[in-house]
Amino acid sequence: MKYVLKKFITLVITLFVISVLTFTAFSVIPGDAAMSKLGIDASPEAIAELQEQYGLDKPILERYADWAIHALQGDFGQSFNYTRMTVSDLLATRLPVTIILAVMSMLIIIIISLPLGMLSAKFSGKWPDVAINTTTQVTMAIPSFFLGIILTVIFGIGLKWFQVGGYVSPDKDFWGCIGYLIFPAIAVAIPKIAMVVKFVRNSVLSEINKDYVRTAYSKGNDENQVLYGHVLRNALIPVITFVAMVVAEILTGSLVIEQVFNIPGMGRLLITSISNRDFPVVQASVLYITAVVVVINFIVDIIYQLADPRIRTS
Amino acid sequence: MKKYNYSLIIGLVLTGALLLFALIGQFWTPYSITETNVALKNAAPSMAHLMGCDNLGRDILSRVMNGCGTTFLVAVLTVAIGCVFGVIFGALTGFYGGRLDRVIMRLNDILLSFPSVLLVLIFISVIGKGKYNIVLALGILFIPSFVRMVRSEVIRYKEQEFVKSAKVLGAGNLRIIFVHILPNLTVSMLTTAAIGFNNAVLAEASMSYLGLGVQPPEPSLGRMLSEAQGYVFNAPWYAIWPGVVIVLIILGFSLISEGLRKMTES
Repeated sequence: MKYVLKKFITLVITLFVISVLTFTAFSVIPGDAAMSKLGIDASPEAIAELQEQYGLDKPILERYADWAIHALQGDFGQSFNYTRMTVSDLLATRLPVTIILAVMSMLIIIIISLPLGMLSAKFSGKWPDVAINTTTQVTMAIPSFFLGIILTVIFGIGLKWFQVGGYVSPDKDFWGCIGYLIFPAIAVAIPKIAMVVKFVRNSVLSEINKDYVRTAYSKGNDENQVLYGHVLRNALIPVITFVAMVVAEILTGSLVIEQVFNIPGMGRLLITSISNRDFPVVQASVLYITAVVVVINFIVDIIYQLADPRIRTS
Repeated sequence: MKKYNYSLIIGLVLTGALLLFALIGQFWTPYSITETNVALKNAAPSMAHLMGCDNLGRDILSRVMNGCGTTFLVAVLTVAIGCVFGVIFGALTGFYGGRLDRVIMRLNDILLSFPSVLLVLIFISVIGKGKYNIVLALGILFIPSFVRMVRSEVIRYKEQEFVKSAKVLGAGNLRIIFVHILPNLTVSMLTTAAIGFNNAVLAEASMSYLGLGVQPPEPSLGRMLSEAQGYVFNAPWYAIWPGVVIVLIILGFSLISEGLRKMTES
């Protein structure tokens, strides 16, 4: 419990630091937000009026407190660019799409990479291992957006398995949306599968020479019983922390892949908002994404601790 | 029987070849990289244009050659920034320890838990887009990985006999760090650098693909991919070549880092 509490306090502090950093970063940006909205020809009065409307004329500490209190209530103000849309509305429509995409890629990664990693470790040094190793080495080098383009060409244009650019919103047709997101999810997953396979393999191999494995064999277990019953459970412990990193990578991967497959998720929102200098949206998106990464790290730390009692005592 | 380190050999040959390809592209390309030609719009690969032409009739091979150079330039500059500052911070905090060390390590851990592409994206949303902004952002973000590596190695070395002997002989702390300890870290540093190159190429390509990195008309592999995407129906080769070159560059660097890792293990 003490461990969880300690980690939780670290989490809160980290989130606070991130909020301060995002806030100050976007406050010191050259080029006033009001000016960027009205254009450089705007009259000083109009700028002053808009600055007042957005609260840009107050001292920075007051503005941070204002912003943080509203942010905690889920209110990030108005978007500069999408008129009559609050930032929270925008995020609420975009965030689920990215989450669905990320969860799908995560599932694909786990389903494919665990068996492959085990297989590779089981036949370590023999041809299945060499084949898997070579393939992962190459697939790791393919950026997800290039993979996305290749998948579009083969499965979208060639085989017509999906409609290029035919994204459907999950509210309208949930399964249609899942169907469209399968290929983007694969594009995000493949390079990461390679990473996880490699990690699982090395983790299993480092366990395989330990004493308890020899004991398990001497008790009459066959190879599969030892591998799946004894080794896998221990080998998965380091994989848990690795998966936390992968989750963050998947999130980034989906931000980029949304651009390839024309999916209106967080990534597209963030990138258009960066180009349009729509700061309230960028600020809120950055805060959301970083918070997700930090919270996932926190959860993984806790799971890690639950999975391995040895960490609790040390 | 001597076992060859195939990863390292293949990685070095591949990277060397691509570097040569990129260097040539800085001084000579078969055709102009910016001159457009309506007659050759989306022309298929032929003897005259080995990789075909893009949507404005520019020779793709020439643009890939030149863009490859930009990719290497960005990678080298960012790793250099990360390496120089990372080594200085890592060596000093590792050697002296104390409160500053703990604060820097905490900051390091937080930064390292974010993927580099995500951090660059955040950075770019603050400082704006452009080639040198990418270099700056990536360079700063590579500092932590070097800090961590150098720090842990320095801590490991600082209690060893040769360091103590050097101290007895009257060497100052800075001399011990930079003359006696750091040369031992060459291989570890090369491994970290190879991983850094790998990430830098990927991050630069992603950012340029998203339109936040290298700005037109300067060719960049990532940018070419995003332009090519509008023409995948009638000119699929436009997307294939820049993509393949990106994959080869990343593959080269990852094979080198893999090979270096094997070397230190054996």
